[in-house]
Amino acid sequence: MSTKKKTAWNAGLIAALLILLFLLEQVMPSSSMLFTVLKKGAIYALVAVSMNLLNGFTGLFSLGQAGFMLLGAYTYAILTIPVEARNSVYQYFDGGIIQFALPVPVALIAGGIVAAIFAYLIGLPVLRLKSDYLAIATLGFAEIIRAVFQWDKLGPITNGSNLLRNFPSFRSVLFPFIVAGICIALIVMLINSTYGRAFKAIRDDEIAAEAMGINLAHHKRLAFVISSFFAGISGGLLAMYQTTIQASMFKSAMTYEILLIVVIGGIGSVTGSCISSFLFIACSEWWLRFLDNENLYIGGFHVPLLRPGFRKVVFAIVIMMVVLFYRQGIMGTKEFSIEGIANFFKRKPVGKKKKGGASHE
Amino acid sequence: MDWMSRNLPYLMAGISVGGQYALIAIGYTMVYGILRLINFAHGDIFMVAGLIMVYSTTVMPIYIAIPLMILVTVLLGFLVERVAYKPLRTAPRMSIMISAIGVSYLLQNLALYVTGGLSQQYPAIPWINDTVTLFGATTKRVTIITPILTIILVLLLVTLIKKTKIGMAMRAASRDFETSQLMGIKINSVISFTFIIGTFLAAIGSLLFFTNYTGVTPTAGAMPGLKAFVAAVFGGIGSIPGAVIGAFIIGICENIIKGLGWTTFSDAFTFALLIVILIAKPTGLFGEKVTDKV
Repeated sequence: MSTKKKTAWNAGLIAALLILLFLLEQVMPSSSMLFTVLKKGAIYALVAVSMNLLNGFTGLFSLGQAGFMLLGAYTYAILTIPVEARNSVYQYFDGGIIQFALPVPVALIAGGIVAAIFAYLIGLPVLRLKSDYLAIATLGFAEIIRAVFQWDKLGPITNGSNLLRNFPSFRSVLFPFIVAGICIALIVMLINSTYGRAFKAIRDDEIAAEAMGINLAHHKRLAFVISSFFAGISGGLLAMYQTTIQASMFKSAMTYEILLIVVIGGIGSVTGSCISSFLFIACSEWWLRFLDNENLYIGGFHVPLLRPGFRKVVFAIVIMMVVLFYRQGIMGTKEFSIEGIANFFKRKPVGKKKKGGASHE
Repeated sequence: MDWMSRNLPYLMAGISVGGQYALIAIGYTMVYGILRLINFAHGDIFMVAGLIMVYSTTVMPIYIAIPLMILVTVLLGFLVERVAYKPLRTAPRMSIMISAIGVSYLLQNLALYVTGGLSQQYPAIPWINDTVTLFGATTKRVTIITPILTIILVLLLVTLIKKTKIGMAMRAASRDFETSQLMGIKINSVISFTFIIGTFLAAIGSLLFFTNYTGVTPTAGAMPGLKAFVAAVFGGIGSIPGAVIGAFIIGICENIIKGLGWTTFSDAFTFALLIVILIAKPTGLFGEKVTDKV
């Protein structure tokens, strides 16, 4: 299939998906679980792809994603709370010191930029570390950021450990899809560029890559900063989705969840991360919900063990099964694409490596 | 003297917490030494040990409950290794670490299901819970016992590793995994034994740790686990004396910070200390220097 045809197919698919979402929203009640899953899934897809850029494509094992999401979420919330609502939000800090509100898109990008600046500063010392040491140092930085944001001396800006609320949020499911879609498309373009190839070379063999003239420090820093930028934007989206935020939300458990999504989708597959984030959110929030119901009867049989919390146990077991028996994840390192499907139906041997397939969202 | 009696409680609490971290950190450092795996589930096993104690004391006297708790915890550690890590022995290192995160997630959710999310009252253990006065500072007896017990256990462990056959096998496996297999070492039993020792020490650590706190929650293991791991990295991962010294330093620093009134930053300080040491000495205080061969 020619490149032009492929692009047309992909554009058509994305348009069809957006129209489908728009129609769904007109037809179904907005309280439906489907929309919760779609909104949260799109946000997690973005952060999972940003983590995949680091872990899967550059081979940097970083566990700081929750910290960068926190930075994005806080920047977004602080910059967009309407001036008239500030007195009630910052009730313990005399209305805070920031007395202006920015429009939503500007604040989202600002969130990304703040996360990127922090990533640059953190990256200066930390990126010299290797594998597990890097992981534990970035995890440590996420914890430090969380503690700093809860510090009451910074209260006039961050509201201490109190909730931030009253900032604008989105109602339509299209908003997170479009924002996340654009960001993921940008990441895919980056991966397919010269920089992306350099990242992959670093992942496969650092020494060989250096010998080929790739500036290791520069490229690692670039990947780290870009990944954090998008994590920051997804943090802003998460703030919009949740309508209130608090620093204590962004624990290391959140990073582990994102890492599980990346691994289940397949390390090194953008579309895999997207698919698995929707599946992950749908399973944990929606499909297994019946397991929390204590009075479930099948025929006349009262199903034992069911009570609130059982859903999460079953979910954790499912995840363990996937990790143990399905090591490559859903997509492995392949990408989901029209071409792949077309080849599958034609029963033709698939070309050496399925390529293309920008964000399938 | 006044300054002394005001600050001594923090110092003693620091040494005590340091001892508890040390007992957990040994489990991390030994597993890492052999498998190169950050055993994320270790902190949660520590939490489960606390919960087992809570539930077992409701049905049996405490002198049966303690050995039973240690036995069940050790069994759990053994089973986790057999079920979740052994099948992945040949897989890339990333998969086995993900498996550890999965086990941690499972144990936390299981604890959430069993406890219903409520904090469970840890039983008061007689004798070690009594109040004693030392240099004019009042404290629980557990504060004094912890460092002593920790040092005794560590000395025993070091003797075990230096003098016995299984200890020699463990040292060989941590030096070179493949070659030790070729030399006829039964690697699976060595790894199982490592997990058994690690969880045994974590079980004792949980006994001492939770005595100082009122309750056990499903996420109670996450923070101590993470800090113990930091202690292990701080001291040079793979080195047992390193882990113990690192744990004491972190425990003492953390409590001094609390004593200065910076409680918000006590966790953050631990990580800041870690990052500083990693930048100055990337393999920790007592870690072996690794050179990459091309």
